[in-house]
Amino acid sequence: MSASALNAPRSALETRRLITSRIGWVLCGIGLALVIAPLLDIVAVVAWRGLSAFSPHLFTENTTGPNGGLLNAIEGTLLITIFAMVIAVPLGVGAGIHLSEYGKNRLGSAIRFMSDTLTGTPSIILGYFSYIVLIIGFGWGFSLAAAAITIAILIVPYLARITELALQQVPNSMREAAYALGAGDAAVIFKVVLPAASSGVLTGALLALAISVGETAPLIYTAGWSNYGWDGRFTHEPVAYLTYVIWTFIDQPDAKSHALAFAAAFLVMLVVLAINIGVRLTLRRRDHG
Amino acid sequence: MTLRPFRLAVLGLSLLIPAALCAVVLFLILYSGPAMIFNGLHFLTQVNWNLGDLYDDPVVVRGIQVPAGANYGILVFVVGTLASSAIAILIAVPLAMGAAIFLAEIIPPRIRPVLSMLVELIAVVPSVVFGLWGIAVLIPFIGSHLSPDGNGYGLLAASIVLALMITPIIASTLLDALMQVPRENRESAFALGATHFEVVGKVMLPMVRPTLIGGIVLALGRALGETMAVLMVSGGGVNILPTSLFSPISTIASFVAGQLDSAEADPTNMSVRALAEIALVLFIITLLVNAAAKLLTSGALHVRKRA
Repeated sequence: MSASALNAPRSALETRRLITSRIGWVLCGIGLALVIAPLLDIVAVVAWRGLSAFSPHLFTENTTGPNGGLLNAIEGTLLITIFAMVIAVPLGVGAGIHLSEYGKNRLGSAIRFMSDTLTGTPSIILGYFSYIVLIIGFGWGFSLAAAAITIAILIVPYLARITELALQQVPNSMREAAYALGAGDAAVIFKVVLPAASSGVLTGALLALAISVGETAPLIYTAGWSNYGWDGRFTHEPVAYLTYVIWTFIDQPDAKSHALAFAAAFLVMLVVLAINIGVRLTLRRRDHG
Repeated sequence: MTLRPFRLAVLGLSLLIPAALCAVVLFLILYSGPAMIFNGLHFLTQVNWNLGDLYDDPVVVRGIQVPAGANYGILVFVVGTLASSAIAILIAVPLAMGAAIFLAEIIPPRIRPVLSMLVELIAVVPSVVFGLWGIAVLIPFIGSHLSPDGNGYGLLAASIVLALMITPIIASTLLDALMQVPRENRESAFALGATHFEVVGKVMLPMVRPTLIGGIVLALGRALGETMAVLMVSGGGVNILPTSLFSPISTIASFVAGQLDSAEADPTNMSVRALAEIALVLFIITLLVNAAAKLLTSGALHVRKRA
């Protein structure tokens, strides 16, 4: 551009540089397209084939081979997620409180490092650990308790770090004001700091919920599979879950099984994407507002 | 110093995280102990994974009961893991770099958040949904267009799915770093007559290189441990080393996930112990890679601040 503006002929070197740049940008643009296109294709394929498999009996019948619905799997995923959250939220938020408020020392750094290590550990390893300890060691058998505890181990470090980040956003002057009014540690946290950081903590909990709905690997060795709904027992009773339907039914030869797999995938993807998009849009609105 | 019950309580809660990590490592070591004694170092170098005769009487080797003829070698899975992750990185790095550079420099700031959110969303799609898409879309494509024998399952399919899954990690890291390059550095380069692309390639990229490498290593850690998507599209190769892009493979993680039935069938439990030993190997690999990523990224921040 600059060369033509001066009305001077471009040298060969200039031309080569401009062409190289042009090609570089085109390649970068292709890169972006190739990164985003598969996501759009995944959403389109799963939504299309999942929606065309939709019918009311998905939500009213248990999975009994290709002809059934998804009732037991939906119920199982809900139960595993709810109980995992019941275990993990108090632990994760409590750990996050310690890391943020009292963790500016060697011990805090060590816990942070271990927490990140646990987050980076492949989930199948956590599932296998639970299989050894809970299923074989404690003799629980495939069960809701084993599945929920495994998912809880998976999401606690995640919750802890997000809670820590959220609490760090609360200005210190608020803590000092509360202490100056004579509040104790617990009152400062529960009445001042946590309420001020509640949206951040809630965000973390929602993202953890999305993770637990979409997980498969840690459940293979802990939840097992059941063709029936939950009978109220926490141990010695396998549970069904949605992601199991996805990875096993797609390997069946018949179209009806495939339809069930896509319907299950659509439900899982809907929950995960809805939570993640919702959280991101809310965060952005708050940042700009 | 007064006793502060609330602080002690939250300290106790936070100590549960290291406790869980230590428990995972400890129980994997304890449980796989007999398998380690039985397997020795051959574990890592042998190709053959054979559960032995599960219905015959077990034999005693080195004081340990094992099914007759059992042999546990995981070289195939180690090679499968390393090969699929390496190819995935080779595919993902150029794509992610192109995407991040295009997002940072060409896409107008008004629509950049939408596109960068799309890139981030790829990272949250559950692994099993990637696997499903792989089976429904990618495998038929590879089978009919690329594979010489019409079979789409194998190393290439696993690598492509892995690449798609880790691209957003690299792209997001690089995009964040590129957005933080100081205005002065860019403008100096422009003032020297560099084209826009040269500014990115010769000034900005060298500045963010440590962050980029950290992001790549982080993505590698994710790829090494990825389970479900690989299990669904890799063809489940056992007992034979991959020879081409279309060979069926298993990774360590996918093999463990797929072995539930045989683990349940072994009366001596030795295969369960051997699987625990595999899980331990995978844990050590991912621990090393993630620690490396952490060192690289923390170092990178210092470099950037000084620059």
